[in-house]
Amino acid sequence: MSDANGLTEGIGARLPRKEDDRLMRGRGHYVGDLRLPGLQDVAFVRSPLAHARIRAIHVPEAFRDRVFTAADLEGVLPIRAVSGLAGFKVSEQPILAKDKVRQVGELLAICLAPTRAEAEDIAAAIVLDLEELPAIHDMLAAREPGSALVHEDWGDNVFLETLVDVNFASALDAPIKVSRTISTGRQCMAPIEGRGTVVHLDHRMDQLVVHTASQMPHIVRNGLAECLGIEQGRLRIVSPDVGGGFGYKAILLAEDVCLAWLALRVGHPVRWLEDRREHLTANANCREHHYRITAYAERDGTLRGIDCEATVDSGAYSAYPFSACLEAAQVASILPGPYDFPAYRCRTWSVATNKCPILPYRGVARTGVCFAMELILDAVAAEAGIEPWTVREKNLVRADQMPFDNITAKHFDSGDYPQALRRALEAIDVGAVRARQRTPEPDGRRIGLGLSIYCEQAAHGTSVYSGWGIPMVPGHEQAGARLTPDGGLELRIGAHSHGQGLETTLAQVAHEILGVPVARTRLVHGDTAMTPYSTGSWGSRVMVMAGGAVAAACRELSLRAVRIGAHLLQTDPATCRFEAGRVVGPSGDVGLDQIAHTWYRRPQDLALDVDPGGLEVTAGYKPQRDSGTFSYAAHAALVAVDPDLGSVEILDYVIVEDGGTLVNPLVVDGQLYGGLAQGIGTALYEEMRFDSRGQPLASTFADYLLPGPAEVPEPRIDHMATPSPYTQFGVKGIGEGGAIAPPAALANAINDALRPLGVAMLHSPVSQHRIVEAVLAARAAASSSRKAA
Amino acid sequence: MKPARFAYERPGDLPALLARLATAEGSVKLMAGGQSLGPMLNLRLVEPDLVLDITGIPELRRAAIEGETLVLGACVTHADIEDGRVPDLTGGAMARVATAIAYRPVRNRGTIGGSLVHADPAADWVTSLIALGAEVELASTSGRRRLALATFVTGALDVALAPGEMLVAVRIPALPPGIAWGYVKHCSKIGEFAHAIGAVRIEPDAGRGRVVIGAIERAPLVVAEPHDLFGGWIGPDFADRFDARAADALLREAGMSDPVARHVHVTVLARALRQAASAPPSLTRTIGEAA
Repeated sequence: MSDANGLTEGIGARLPRKEDDRLMRGRGHYVGDLRLPGLQDVAFVRSPLAHARIRAIHVPEAFRDRVFTAADLEGVLPIRAVSGLAGFKVSEQPILAKDKVRQVGELLAICLAPTRAEAEDIAAAIVLDLEELPAIHDMLAAREPGSALVHEDWGDNVFLETLVDVNFASALDAPIKVSRTISTGRQCMAPIEGRGTVVHLDHRMDQLVVHTASQMPHIVRNGLAECLGIEQGRLRIVSPDVGGGFGYKAILLAEDVCLAWLALRVGHPVRWLEDRREHLTANANCREHHYRITAYAERDGTLRGIDCEATVDSGAYSAYPFSACLEAAQVASILPGPYDFPAYRCRTWSVATNKCPILPYRGVARTGVCFAMELILDAVAAEAGIEPWTVREKNLVRADQMPFDNITAKHFDSGDYPQALRRALEAIDVGAVRARQRTPEPDGRRIGLGLSIYCEQAAHGTSVYSGWGIPMVPGHEQAGARLTPDGGLELRIGAHSHGQGLETTLAQVAHEILGVPVARTRLVHGDTAMTPYSTGSWGSRVMVMAGGAVAAACRELSLRAVRIGAHLLQTDPATCRFEAGRVVGPSGDVGLDQIAHTWYRRPQDLALDVDPGGLEVTAGYKPQRDSGTFSYAAHAALVAVDPDLGSVEILDYVIVEDGGTLVNPLVVDGQLYGGLAQGIGTALYEEMRFDSRGQPLASTFADYLLPGPAEVPEPRIDHMATPSPYTQFGVKGIGEGGAIAPPAALANAINDALRPLGVAMLHSPVSQHRIVEAVLAARAAASSSRKAA
Repeated sequence: MKPARFAYERPGDLPALLARLATAEGSVKLMAGGQSLGPMLNLRLVEPDLVLDITGIPELRRAAIEGETLVLGACVTHADIEDGRVPDLTGGAMARVATAIAYRPVRNRGTIGGSLVHADPAADWVTSLIALGAEVELASTSGRRRLALATFVTGALDVALAPGEMLVAVRIPALPPGIAWGYVKHCSKIGEFAHAIGAVRIEPDAGRGRVVIGAIERAPLVVAEPHDLFGGWIGPDFADRFDARAADALLREAGMSDPVARHVHVTVLARALRQAASAPPSLTRTIGEAA
């Protein structure tokens, strides 16, 4: 919808984010900003060992009334995140460990004091008597018979094993067969704000009010009520401003359960704010995948089939609600990515180890499968002696195949994948890169080009998640829309906005229908007391789902406005239309502000048969087909690698992205920038390593490296916009894509640079140390083969 | 990550500080910029009874030239040096080192004296000032003494301070034209702790020089007579004569067992020599890993 100057605030407008006015001025309101009278702080005693039997916890007498252990939590149930997939083994995550600890950082005791420093003093005075057990720290060894067991009653360490086989044997006679072992390091997703929880009692409402930094307040309420054994009505979950989620806050925390229990026990407000050491060593593991993958292909690069064994280190417990196996089980179904080939076999294992539970990090399994698939495609290209883009051109799903059901029955809604690749190749200028590579660089570095293409299934709903059988299945998404008496608009959603820009983009959706200025539209979210139920913000789903629901609610509001407006215009509603925020009749028009004023302030002017529902609507929405939208992108990276120091400089980075209809291209750009930064972290810097006793080897950001401004270049972004045929306005989910492709694009670029030296980097992060190690090994091999000759 | 309880005082002059340092019971930590001590307190890696804040003492912020020596008070910040707010006798070498220390917020508060006393092996000043031949000036209630920095730094996070003694100033000799200077460090990313540092001060005409290898998890490796690294003779072609195998052997002898780490250190040292050979010390500053 355009105004007189042709400017628009509706779908497609490149509006700066409304929320940034507050967030960029330091006026955001986070859990840590809450000030409540009588508030006391909690510090936890956490396990220093990865695997141990608890003999005793000695609490000094002076602190006995300020320290709480498992013995105190009578009636509190463990966290159980089950899966409906056949063979899944259930883990029970105790709220406070009782008999055994299964990861470093597992909760052992709650210490309460007026300040966090004093609570840490108490924690330091508690003496643990632990009997150390062999730590299970290597997921491949953990699969072997005879391994020590994380959960003794299982008999092995496998949460779940799956197998997909589609016509696999038909690939075996292919002329090219390339096998690689490819793996991704364990990471800690790192939002700027850690987790945090403040709980107080609201006696008037007889409610426990839990302020927690969450992507999914309604799901937290489900889980918390189950663990505490209390009615949902006695719980109100408030998630205020959240300083980044990325999956880290899509979880029911044992800490939340502790704090809620504690507030009931002590009767005054209590707070826990996670510190960075807790975040890194106890809570934030993600990403660790291991692939043995074989590609079968024709000599021209046409894929005949893919065979893969994928193992995911799920950690000690199944995290609520996504479970311990969503990651590995998804690997099997999404490994084929954007490629069309006729034969496929994939076996997966979700393995329990003595590490903290694996969490779904932005991109979830996709970052790993994209890494495996794109690296094996480059290996095929090298084996066939053809360019990497040729292999991709041969195998990408084509526009004329849309909608397309792939080999694992994933339904691609729309798109032109080969075009994205072509545009990326043009933008990065592959001809110029190949020419430049023919001459040595003056500074001794080596230049390389890397490609990576993925598709991102987003906003997948009931039909997909009911199959997983986890504690959370998304249904219809609901949104509330309410005109205020002065003609402003309030929207209510149960999902949460924490960086996605929903306060702006959902106002744009509403504006498209109702014409209310974005500045006069407010988004109410992050509070179970004020919003409709929702599974929350995850899976790149909110623009599709909440956007669709907001559109539905606003449409219904416009119909009601027409009936009131027609009466004010003294005409039949059938002769009226709703246009740019006004009801337009044959001989005049009336604005929403006047309609709202009439409904609320001058009901005597309404018709007798007016819709009694008035100007407040809750509407529900599900796409016409809820198997998910498929956004996708082609990334192309140009890097310079210093073979002697292992440094990698990103010289150019191109993203050609298709997110369907873009509600706000500026917000989409922002999502891509942020995703790219995280993807660069995965590719080059971030890794949480463990020693053989299961000890995490980084506890600060001096040891766990995140990319900084100097490491993240500004990408060149090219938007395609192929609408989804199934969603409101044709929008697709795009929230995670930026983080999916960079590790593969950068590793492929590094390998392109170093291939002449005989080096192939197949593990992320491609750290400097790994590069130098591989270069030295290749030089030694070359020198010994020269000697042999 | 909150510190254990400690007392905090901020004396206003040096005699008061030294007196307090001499008489205080229990463990005492001096705090200047707090860029290392702050996190160490929060992580409870140190739990002093008393923190003495030394930033209120004007004398410690002083910078002066005494003949051919630049004297910087302990509380001169990295940013003071980077921005040229203090004099220089090194043709910009000091400013180039300062520019690449950590991040600007750290440089705004972090001090040259604090860095030397903390003696993190990966710190820039520890290696670069040893290569420049700096001395430290130490004070206590019983008087003052000077010590070569190379002697002062005795190990990782370990220095030769006597009880009741503190570092009050750093004395840096001039780096006249004709002396080749190179300083290169290698980090995983800009601003992070260095994995390898090479600092070289070569006098090609006199046929001598000093080579210092830093960021090796102990006190920097000082090669005061580095002729063996150049095939036995130092001349104008020193960078070409650099013997990587000899440097590798040196590091191996020093106990560096990881061949990757040795290769990186030798590469960085070679590049420091190349920088020294190609750029006279007074040239404009460069930013980045070679700064």
